[in-house]
Amino acid sequence: MPMADILIDATATRQRPAGPPFWQNLLRSAEPFFLPLALLLLWALGAARGWISPQVLPSPQFVWETLAELATNGELWTHTAASLQRVLVGFVAGSLLGLLLGALMGLSRSVEAYLLPSFNALVQIPVLGWMPFVLLLVGIGEPLKYILIAKAALVPVTLATLQGFRQAPQNLLEVGSVYGYTRRQQVLEIVLPTALPTLFTGLRLGFTKAWLSLVVVELVASSEGLGYLIVYGRQLFQLDLVMAAVIIVGALGYLIDRLLDAAEARLAARNGVRPVVEGGLL
Amino acid sequence: MSTPNTLSSVPARWRGLVLPVAAVLLWALASHLRLVNSALLVSPLQVLGTGLDLVTSGQLWLNLRASLLRELTGFVIGSTGGLVLGGLLGLWPRFGRLVGPSFNTFKQISLFAWIPLISVWFGLGDVAKVVFLSLAALVPVVVNTVDGIRSTPASLLEVARVYGYTRWQTTWHVVLPSAAPSIFTGIYLALVYSWLATIGAEYLLVAGRGVGNLLIEGSEHFRMDLVLFGMVTIGFVGWLMNAGARALERALGRRLGR
Repeated sequence: MPMADILIDATATRQRPAGPPFWQNLLRSAEPFFLPLALLLLWALGAARGWISPQVLPSPQFVWETLAELATNGELWTHTAASLQRVLVGFVAGSLLGLLLGALMGLSRSVEAYLLPSFNALVQIPVLGWMPFVLLLVGIGEPLKYILIAKAALVPVTLATLQGFRQAPQNLLEVGSVYGYTRRQQVLEIVLPTALPTLFTGLRLGFTKAWLSLVVVELVASSEGLGYLIVYGRQLFQLDLVMAAVIIVGALGYLIDRLLDAAEARLAARNGVRPVVEGGLL
Repeated sequence: MSTPNTLSSVPARWRGLVLPVAAVLLWALASHLRLVNSALLVSPLQVLGTGLDLVTSGQLWLNLRASLLRELTGFVIGSTGGLVLGGLLGLWPRFGRLVGPSFNTFKQISLFAWIPLISVWFGLGDVAKVVFLSLAALVPVVVNTVDGIRSTPASLLEVARVYGYTRWQTTWHVVLPSAAPSIFTGIYLALVYSWLATIGAEYLLVAGRGVGNLLIEGSEHFRMDLVLFGMVTIGFVGWLMNAGARALERALGRRLGR
């Protein structure tokens, strides 16, 4: 996110007539890294000087070594693969169902009137609230994870699809009816194209939610995957393992989010404005 | 769409109820006829009975109070911290440049992934839970506060400059009022998030009382009635918070003349 300093821009531009000199530019572009570097330094120093017990916070070198070890002995890949598979299956199932539900409600007011209140009521219960219920129904195996992840993705996708299908401009619809469009033509050529950017935002949000619930589900009930690695490390009091796994989870989530963000920005650039869809934590 | 069909023959205001009522009737019928031979298929009346038991014995209230107290503590700490951090990030450009990117990276990491570390540092008790809840409430407040401050219309700032406002005056009379709706949204989200996080904390830092613990107990003892009633309670409280926060947001918005 570019740091737009509106106050400076609006009130103080006069005081900076020429562009800043080269070294100042360099310093500015390095600014985001000061805080993480300082924290890392403090952490390393604290560990080296023995201010912090390694049982509470292992040294950065130790975490790094654990990370390298996980990567070389292949454990990292098996756990990451297990997590990615879960998130993909759950996300695809949840978003397909979400697209279907959202489209049905978006195309027909009466379907919406029947379905949406129940949908909204069920949505009030977070993924973690569903977990014991689904656990009793299907047991602790893979289906539990797929169902919960799918539920997490389903909600934003459904709501965004519904919103997207409803935002076709009235005047375009009128043009369509003047040209004698059938309902089918109207949907395919007017409603769907205007809904696309919002659909994509919903899918992106759905993926974020799916990733979040993946971590939660794996923390509570799993025997492999990145979340399991965190719990496992915690149980053995190997905080280096915990931190290494947290770093991987964060980095992967960040990477995927950036990718989807770039794709969405490209789509938005082609279609004009970027839609706003309301989200939630889980 | 205007063609009359059987779907549109039900009066509009009752349509939302058709599905839930049908579902409950089907459920009651299935459990009455023992369609599925499983201890998990409890009847709606059984769930209601469990609920009444929990309410009359005071159990529900005890657990609910523990959860809500924790939630509110975390919410107050987190959103206060969020307002301060968000204000600093938005109003103080240098601070924003130094800390903003780090914060944006931090918020990408799933909050729940921190729980094992929090449990090592703060134990499994109320302190750890409140720390976690505060973090959950902090993030949306910071994000929306910064957003609100950043999106002050340039024209308003221009006017302030023309009138020779000091920086303090600009902040107090121009930036903050224009950011207020977004800040409310952040606080509203913080309330919702911290409720979700409350359930999560009870799940992952199991110790003590709470609505989440009711659910866990039900799941461990194969008590579907307890699980279902717990789910309904969680959903209902979440809905109440949602509705309450929305009403408050509207009322505050009206007072500020929006």
